[in-house]
Amino acid sequence: MTGGPLIQLEGITKTFGTGAAAFQALKGVDLTISRGEFVAVMGPSGSGKSTTMNILGCLDVPTGGVFRFRGVEVQKLDRDQRSLLRRRYLGFVFQGFNLLARTTALENVELPLVYRGEAKAARRKAAMRALDQVGLGPWADHTPAELSGGQQQRVAIARALVTEPDVLLADEPTGNLDSERSVEIMLLLRQLNAEGITILMVTHEEDMAAYAGTIVRFRDGLVERIERGTLATAESLA
Amino acid sequence: MLGTTILLALREIRRHILRSILTTLGIIIGVAAVVTMVTLGNGVTASVQEEISSLGASNFIVFPVRTTRGTIRPFDEDDVRAVEQQIAGVKLAAGSVGASTTAFNNGQDWDTRVQGVNNAFFEAQSIDIEDGRAFSTDEEAGGKNVCLLGTKVREAIFLPTVSPVGSQMRLGDVSCQVIGLVEERGQGGGGSDDDDTVYMPLKTVQRRFRGNDNLDYFVVKYDAAYAAPVIQDSLVGLLRERRLLQGEEPNDFNVIDTAQVNQALGAATGALTAMVAVIASISLLVGGIGIMNIMLVSVTERTREIGIRLAIGALAREVRLQFLTEAVVLCALGGLAGIALAFVASFGLASAIDVPFVFDPVINIVSFMFAASMGIVFGYYPASRASKLDPIDALRHE
Repeated sequence: MTGGPLIQLEGITKTFGTGAAAFQALKGVDLTISRGEFVAVMGPSGSGKSTTMNILGCLDVPTGGVFRFRGVEVQKLDRDQRSLLRRRYLGFVFQGFNLLARTTALENVELPLVYRGEAKAARRKAAMRALDQVGLGPWADHTPAELSGGQQQRVAIARALVTEPDVLLADEPTGNLDSERSVEIMLLLRQLNAEGITILMVTHEEDMAAYAGTIVRFRDGLVERIERGTLATAESLA
Repeated sequence: MLGTTILLALREIRRHILRSILTTLGIIIGVAAVVTMVTLGNGVTASVQEEISSLGASNFIVFPVRTTRGTIRPFDEDDVRAVEQQIAGVKLAAGSVGASTTAFNNGQDWDTRVQGVNNAFFEAQSIDIEDGRAFSTDEEAGGKNVCLLGTKVREAIFLPTVSPVGSQMRLGDVSCQVIGLVEERGQGGGGSDDDDTVYMPLKTVQRRFRGNDNLDYFVVKYDAAYAAPVIQDSLVGLLRERRLLQGEEPNDFNVIDTAQVNQALGAATGALTAMVAVIASISLLVGGIGIMNIMLVSVTERTREIGIRLAIGALAREVRLQFLTEAVVLCALGGLAGIALAFVASFGLASAIDVPFVFDPVINIVSFMFAASMGIVFGYYPASRASKLDPIDALRHE
């Protein structure tokens, strides 16, 4: 691990389609995120925040520019190498929870460990610990259909945490939840961030963004403004 | 990892149990058809072979035929000994002569036939003696009045409760002592019924029933390690020489190879099996296309799941392996069901057409492996399609 920043975007561009139908979603994004930050990415639809998150999550590659993650230039990696990067260092939480249906909470949380080739007993243990961490230990044997939205999102967070990733990427994690559940999820994320995990979260709700220490605002495919040190406000909100 | 993948596949199949059964029906029927046919074919072959073995395996049967001049020149014991001693690969040769007669005992009479043979004939024809003993050297050489009974003769003129061995009976006007019983053989070759026969030493029948030294025919048992055509050629050559047949003169005798009869029957069942294999392979092809279709449906249905797996770091080949495993497990289960069905069907059909049920492990294992490998062939394209999905699109899929 080099001493540099955890994540570094330099002049990132992304174009979808070709020729006349081409659409430039990102027009040169520069962004540096350090280890331990809690970053909220905001902006109107089409501002490029989701595209940026996909690139940060190593799910997509930029058309141009340099994306360094832990000093590695991700845009040079192939599909499988990026998969290995996600498996090793990244955890994902989605707006729609994206749990496997008809599969228990415990098995959902175990899933990333299966791809890591961990033994069954070790998987069980780690998955139980992650579920306890999000306060869902007693619900381990329930399937998503038997859980509330807030509980499902907690399972998703436990699944993201179980591999002890460097970065947690959350795409509108409270988008499908009522305000009370949303606050619970945000407090959980805050707590995890305090324990050392770097969090990148896309949201379009100002009061959710307020829980983050840094807010990055996107507009028209560019970073419009970066607001650091917003944490104090969040503390008072909590 | 593979264990987990197989469990996952089984769970997926159980979730869509009806769909899975319908999909694998083509494979079940194909495998069942092939295994049933081969099993029944084996049964038919076995029962035919059993029939033929009453002629003796690896045997030639040699008998005189009428020449163009209308005469029959019979063989005698000198010919038999010459064959036995002068032809390489011949284990033994034994003559036989028969006559119609009536057996009398205990006030009963029974029309039957007497066959004059020596012990070598029993050996060549695999005839076992069930009770009592075979002929002694003295009895053979001296043409003594001793006899062995077939089961039908015994039933006809002796009480079922007492062994006839040792008792005296009469054949026509010849008195003889029963020294043994011959095992039940069923319908023998050449139209005669081995069970409805009384065996006496060759010399006895020649002297007392036929009044000459002629043989009706003789059997030649050869070593299966030798090439039958070679032995047959030297046999024919030797006999022609002994019968003074010149150059173009046709044989006035006939040699039948029981192994050839065997092969001809084997070829017939083989042709039938091949025909069923063609029909079954069409069923399997249709079944395989069904598997491909259902796997493509499954990949589409589970696009989101694939997206989740890819997002959390599954490699393309791991996703491919998952779907490939599912197709293989599905096909393998179809194969197992087909084998089970074939077991029941061939067991039932075997007893219906009265052939033995001969379980053939090779065809069962081969069919199973074939069914499982169909999963690889027809599951590869859907699995590879799943593995190539874009994780972002897959996650957005509704």
